[in-house]
Amino acid sequence: MIENDVENRNCPMNENECDCKNMCKDELREEMLMQLRSYKFSIIELALYLDTHPDDEQALCLHREYCKKAKELSDKYQKMFGPLTINYPCNKWRWLEEPWPWERGNF
Amino acid sequence: MWTYNKTLEYPIKIKCANPRLAKFIISQYGGPDGELAASLRYLSQRFGMPDQKSKAILNDIGTEELAHLEMVGTIVHQLTDGVSPEELEKAGLGAYYTDRGVDVYPQSAGGTPFTAAYIACKGDPIANLQEDLAAEQKARATYEKLIDLCKDDPDVIEPLRFLRQREVVHFQRFGEALRGVQDKLAQKKFYMNDCNNQMDYGCTKEFKSVNNYNVSDSLCDCNNR
Repeated sequence: MIENDVENRNCPMNENECDCKNMCKDELREEMLMQLRSYKFSIIELALYLDTHPDDEQALCLHREYCKKAKELSDKYQKMFGPLTINYPCNKWRWLEEPWPWERGNF
Repeated sequence: MWTYNKTLEYPIKIKCANPRLAKFIISQYGGPDGELAASLRYLSQRFGMPDQKSKAILNDIGTEELAHLEMVGTIVHQLTDGVSPEELEKAGLGAYYTDRGVDVYPQSAGGTPFTAAYIACKGDPIANLQEDLAAEQKARATYEKLIDLCKDDPDVIEPLRFLRQREVVHFQRFGEALRGVQDKLAQKKFYMNDCNNQMDYGCTKEFKSVNNYNVSDSLCDCNNR
């Protein structure tokens, strides 16, 4: 039942609206990953800035905002496409299924 | 400790193999001003830093350099992936192919294997941070040379430009950390007894004014009296 749920979420459209399920899935995956990478980059950049400007309230606020967004998106992504870190619990070991970042795949 | 994230910091998808470029770019993997040297330099220096800001910045930039190491390795891998041994030889990678095959080996563009001699750790926070500032500039200069060498392939130039830009940001942050360390080392010696006896408020004010260090909070509780 859970697997079905995940399966359906791979594609935002219904089967009959989308005749190429795989392409649709890849596009969504790419888009989500791009967004997630932007959030993660913003967090790195803000963290380095905050290391030398720990009292900057505005930067701190942005950091909180991006951490929240990154967590939400990362949870959503991992549920649909498999784990991004070994800290993500799976019923089945999906860490091996996804391409590695250095492979052209979807990364 | 570290946790691996199964994404690159910046996406890399190189469509056309080009072993000639890989031969140059590998220098940023294991060369004298490469990402491996940078990462190990910062992560080793962080143990001896005198203040929280410089420890944090060395730790966090050292960590980001590991992500850059992976990016450079990915560029080299994708530029040589599926290339025949004959083509590798033509690109000057015959010796590399003989010894390393399809692995990405930390070496300079000239083929010198990575050595810890690339890493400066002087046990002196000022000397170390000055070294780091220079290292970032050298890495930036190397990326600019590499970008000049691969003008024909935007798939390679884009990640190289991203990496070049990060060197500039790191330089900025190290400069701020250095100023913090200099301020801290320039502070007057502080004695708690003196404070209690004579400078009830004055000393607190004096130390608060030094670049936000909480010296007065940690060494002296006179501001509560």
